[in-house]
Amino acid sequence: MSKEWPLWEVFIRGQHGMSHRHIGSLHAPDAEMAIKNARDVYTRRNEGVSIWVVEAVHIAASSPSDKGPFYEPSNSKVYRHPAFFDIPDDVGAM
Amino acid sequence: MTRNEALFQFLLRLGDNTGILSHRVSEWIGHAPVLEEDIALANTALDLIGQTTFWLELAGEVEGKGRTADNLAYLRDAWDYRNLLLVERPNGDFGKTMMRQFLFDAWQSLMLGKLLTSTDPRVAEIAAKASKEVAYHLERSADTVVGLGDGTDESHNRMQAALDDLWDYTGEMFISDEVDEVLAAANIAPKAASLKTEWEELVGHILRDATLTIPDSSYTHKGGKSGVHTEHLGFILADMQFLQRAYPGATW
Repeated sequence: MSKEWPLWEVFIRGQHGMSHRHIGSLHAPDAEMAIKNARDVYTRRNEGVSIWVVEAVHIAASSPSDKGPFYEPSNSKVYRHPAFFDIPDDVGAM
Repeated sequence: MTRNEALFQFLLRLGDNTGILSHRVSEWIGHAPVLEEDIALANTALDLIGQTTFWLELAGEVEGKGRTADNLAYLRDAWDYRNLLLVERPNGDFGKTMMRQFLFDAWQSLMLGKLLTSTDPRVAEIAAKASKEVAYHLERSADTVVGLGDGTDESHNRMQAALDDLWDYTGEMFISDEVDEVLAAANIAPKAASLKTEWEELVGHILRDATLTIPDSSYTHKGGKSGVHTEHLGFILADMQFLQRAYPGATW
């Protein structure tokens, strides 16, 4: 068994807005302590109203080496942007 | 003893408990076993300093001799300090620091709970603010005591040793004296002894979860509440008060 505490990724929902945003990571022995540690490390200046933590090993991430095949094909497809439509003035701000 | 004299003593006790414990906890800053605990301990120390400021400010006001919270914190010598001996105990290892914190948090949360209904609105107001902070301190220290007590052999043994060492300093919390009598009669504060049963239940429950054994001892070190301290307080004050003693009135 590893002697190191597992790494947790921390997501905090701020005073304004509905979404939790990733704000950093920390170590903790379990989920409960991870939330407490997140409270102490990341909400000292009244930054949040809700905390999510997830053990970093449970996050599946895209691989940096896949960058080419993953993202480059969309570079040349400007027609996917909705910039080619005439928008009537009375629609207002979108 | 007049009601104001009793209240002054009582406020010094509250403010000196949090002030001295804050100093002890702050000794960990930069030295805690992990970054997360370092920050958590610093947060606790800061909460306790804030509480100290409130209690000592009110103490100065009640005394009526123009002393500020800073005067009371930095210009009294050990025999004028009124904190429990428990809070001046050296930090020891991290586990011992958390055990001391837990034993104190449990007491403080009960005391503040009673002070919420104090007939002195200034006392009730400070208690209301502090009790939210202390509820979190207690949750955290209790969790840590259980985690380490019911942890590895090494952590269990260290927590048992911490409990064995600190237990005889807990009885002082529950010794009532004239100060308590006067304030209890006016419904300003509870008698010290009246918190004992609840504290024993709360602490007993957590220590059972932590698989720790409460020492079979009824001996109690006492004296802090009336100004008779262990040698440790002098060293704490030497550190804490140095600046104001060497450079009176220094500000920045």
